Amino acid sequence: MPPMSMPATTPGGQAAPSAPVAGNAVQIKNFGFTPAVLTVRAGTTVTWTNGDEDPHTVSATGGPFHSKTLTDGATFRYTFAKPGRYAYLCTIHPFMRGTVVVTG
Amino acid sequence: MTDMTRRQLMRHGSWFGAAVVLVVSGGAVYSKVAGDDHADPIPDDATLRFVQLSDSHLGFKGPANTDVAGSFSRAIAQVNALPHRPDFVVHTGDLTHLATPAQFDQVKQMMTTLKTGKVLTVPGEHDSVDDAGQKYRQAFGAGTRGDGWYSFDAGGVHFIGLVNTLHLQRLGHLGNDQIDFVRKDVAGLGSDTPIVVFSHIPLFALYPNWGWGTDDALQMLSLLRRFSSVTCLNGHIHQLFTKTEGNVTFHSATTTAYPLPSPGQGPAPAPVTLPAGRLKHALGIREVGYVKGRRTLALRERELA
Repeated sequence: MPPMSMPATTPGGQAAPSAPVAGNAVQIKNFGFTPAVLTVRAGTTVTWTNGDEDPHTVSATGGPFHSKTLTDGATFRYTFAKPGRYAYLCTIHPFMRGTVVVTG
Repeated sequence: MTDMTRRQLMRHGSWFGAAVVLVVSGGAVYSKVAGDDHADPIPDDATLRFVQLSDSHLGFKGPANTDVAGSFSRAIAQVNALPHRPDFVVHTGDLTHLATPAQFDQVKQMMTTLKTGKVLTVPGEHDSVDDAGQKYRQAFGAGTRGDGWYSFDAGGVHFIGLVNTLHLQRLGHLGNDQIDFVRKDVAGLGSDTPIVVFSHIPLFALYPNWGWGTDDALQMLSLLRRFSSVTCLNGHIHQLFTKTEGNVTFHSATTTAYPLPSPGQGPAPAPVTLPAGRLKHALGIREVGYVKGRRTLALRERELA
């Protein structure tokens, strides 16, 4: 197997996660949101953690959520009640973009 | 020649050809447009001289500069020790790191010690992180209009201070109200009036992937096309950079706090920690002078003393 190919299953035999990434956490690192697109079910609380020295914000472009300024290590949580597609950015570095897709 | 000036020369040479010549003499870097053969860019008979400071980030804590207040103090002392007292000092934004009341108090108090006729500012995005610039305007907005913009005349030059760090969507943004202000502001001026524009974020597309540009700058600059000399002075990128486009010359200033990477070098525009002893060579102040009759303003970049 070539070294760069991904195994289809984990050693435990479970299916590897398929894109877009599931889970309920977004890391802010190197002026980017990872994963850039996060898919969650309605009712999930998503946590963003700033791993950069620089301050960032998590601000929905449509308006429903807007974090305070997150310094190094700070977190922001938001519970998504309704299905939909939520685009957000960092208002200090607006080239940083992310999306949360909420399914029913 | 220092590493800093060598890097600048390489940057200028590789990006934009030889439009701008940097001359190094006695630890200062002189930037002037090619064809302007005056030996001293700011001679004794300058009709106007001012200083640009930028990106002081009061409140920043990190290894890239563990004492930004100390660095800003040294920059102020350097201004106060200049052989000619500047007519005014302009700070082109990111006065604070997190726009807290304490940080605004600190930077405002420090700037009251500047020996100059007047202190002007424009906000950076760090000065408006959570309130669309309200705390900034409380501290520095006296006499300004709209979101904090203004204009004035001095020494035969017309100055315009702009705010392009609010309502951001990827890049810097001026907005129609501010562009209308510029339109009315310059309407009565003769085309031979030198124009100088202050902003925090560059008014040209320096590196849009990192937000280093202003999405509606061309609309504003089109209003200045008829003027024979337009000089745009900005901060934000924490490094010297100069570009000339037609009648407009853009000069990005360096910082008094910490360097950022060259555009596109590395994953992000994150603070750069230099080897011990090198930081002061990346920080500095800029003197600007105007001599009546010359087409361009003269700049002298000084490393932090």
